[in-house]
Amino acid sequence: MKQLSLQNRSRFWWTVGSLLVLIAVMLLVSLNTGVVQIAPVDVMRTLFGFGNERQELVLFDFRLPTIVLALLVGAGFAISGAILQGVTQNELADPGILGINTGAGLAVVVYIFFFQSSMAGISGFGVYILPIFALIGAFAAAVLVYLLAWKKGVNPVRLILVGIGVNAGFSAALIIFQIKMNPQDFTQALVWLSGDIWGSSWSFVIALFPWIIGLIVYSMYKSPVINILNLGDQMAVGLGARVERERRLLLLLAVAIAGLCVAAAGGIAFLGLIAPHIARRIVGPKHQQLLPVTALLGALILLVADTIGKNIIAPAEIPVGIVVTIVSTPYFLYLLMKTK
Amino acid sequence: MIFVGGFIALIVSLGFSVALGVTDIKLATVWQAVVAFDPDLTNHQVIRELRLPRAIAAALIGGFLAVSGAVMQGLTRNPLASPSIMGVTHGAAFALIIALVFFPTVSNLGMTLASFVGAGVGVVLVFAVGSFSKGGLTPVKLALAGVAVGGMLSSLSTAISLHFQVAKQMSFWYAGDLSSTSWTSVQLLLAAGAVGLLLAVIISRAVTILSLGEEVSKGLGQNTLVVKTLGVIVVLVLTGAAVSVAGTVGFLGLVIPHITRFLVGTDYRLIIPVSAVLGGLLLVLADIGARLVNAPYETPVGAITACIGVPFFLYLARGERSGL
Repeated sequence: MKQLSLQNRSRFWWTVGSLLVLIAVMLLVSLNTGVVQIAPVDVMRTLFGFGNERQELVLFDFRLPTIVLALLVGAGFAISGAILQGVTQNELADPGILGINTGAGLAVVVYIFFFQSSMAGISGFGVYILPIFALIGAFAAAVLVYLLAWKKGVNPVRLILVGIGVNAGFSAALIIFQIKMNPQDFTQALVWLSGDIWGSSWSFVIALFPWIIGLIVYSMYKSPVINILNLGDQMAVGLGARVERERRLLLLLAVAIAGLCVAAAGGIAFLGLIAPHIARRIVGPKHQQLLPVTALLGALILLVADTIGKNIIAPAEIPVGIVVTIVSTPYFLYLLMKTK
Repeated sequence: MIFVGGFIALIVSLGFSVALGVTDIKLATVWQAVVAFDPDLTNHQVIRELRLPRAIAAALIGGFLAVSGAVMQGLTRNPLASPSIMGVTHGAAFALIIALVFFPTVSNLGMTLASFVGAGVGVVLVFAVGSFSKGGLTPVKLALAGVAVGGMLSSLSTAISLHFQVAKQMSFWYAGDLSSTSWTSVQLLLAAGAVGLLLAVIISRAVTILSLGEEVSKGLGQNTLVVKTLGVIVVLVLTGAAVSVAGTVGFLGLVIPHITRFLVGTDYRLIIPVSAVLGGLLLVLADIGARLVNAPYETPVGAITACIGVPFFLYLARGERSGL
């Protein structure tokens, strides 16, 4: 037994180590590709303060904030999905499928529609207001789904079906607002809703960083509770957990993280679904190990997707969420076929 | 009785659909424009060239989607089966975007053919996921597979439309839009309807038996494969034609068959014609709503049907049997 857990632990550290290396490599690749190509040597030189002005501008003012946000948001969506899957005991739960992303997206689009003349006009104070609206929308959606799925308790299957329905409703509402926008705003809103790291400035990073990191750390602290909930309600009650209360708290946590991520990067679907799954394959179901690996995987996947989206049809960009969806849907369908 | 009542209601609503709009026209004028057309009167021209084809197209499309949904629900015995859930509409819309972007000179007929092919791709994907999965195609799996396939296809469409700068055009389509219907579209719909609806009526008895269960059907000596294949053809032809004219109008194919079964029972020989009439009625009414809610601007008709469909979907999702 001790042998096994030792083995397990070394496997965990190996995984974490290799993921960190992969992320570092991707970071370099991402830094030197794009519309303006910068050679790896120059990237290094610029990072250590020896680059020319143009290189510094591209790296520090455009690429680095985007990359930091990609890592942050990737980890956030992944953790949110892992918590949702653990809490609902449904391996197919994901903030996108449950309507949380669309709820946040709707709130943001409504805000832009009524209070801002255009997407491009958001600056200064607006940067800090936007995440708040996304959060409100995410919570409203989550509460709505939870209430509609409530029928002497919340059954995981009903939760998913209700989530799909609510999601469809929000999408219809979104389209009504979108169509009334002028063409330029419309395209921008569409790009954002498809998932795009759009607020690529340091002020955006500063606005979101503490929240997302704080909530991720808190959810890791909560991982023993997720383990217990994962055993099933009866067992969890037997072990002394206040099931419904803990479940609600964790749901709130997952929703809050997803909402913040939507504010930064729009509706990226399926990332929260895929990352925890791959992580579970590598390190097993213990959330103390699962959550960190999930977070790193999510960050890596989003960084890769962002790099692909930027380069595949350069100079045009494909929204990162679209890359994630197209790449991960086959895997999702595969999972669907395998689950009972 | 219900069929006749529904039919009369449909005719009346068609009349209103033609009469109501940015400029209101009297019902009597509508009647005259139909029976005694006078090309010198503007109102008569508006009726003949714009409103009449639009109203007829709405009635046909509504009917098509409802029949598609009914056949799907009968064949799969799954209460959530419907064209918009099962990736059919998304598939058709995806193919249309490709046709529009890469072959801009494509004819109406070519568009419809593309739409059929796309609908086929969507349905094959979703069904394949269902048939390869452990435990078969439960409602939850169906809904999830539909969401995933639909999500992927619409992501691809979005990527293409952004790249070729036709995003806004595309989203009118995704929202469901009847404003550009003409007599050509009506002709097209009639042709597809002749094949699809006739086939649907022919297989209706077999669908009734199949809806009782695969074993029952085989026990009675039915070739279930043939019935299912014909059923899929019905769905592809009807949905493909509907999407090529009006874009993705969601939830109609889900809601109407349920209402119809509630009204006439489980015999598909009744369900199919009554669904057709009620579906037509609902879409004509929704289209009137789409034009009047925020006149003189049009609201996408898909948004109106979603307002009706989403609560209904939620009701089904909460139902005891859906958690199978």
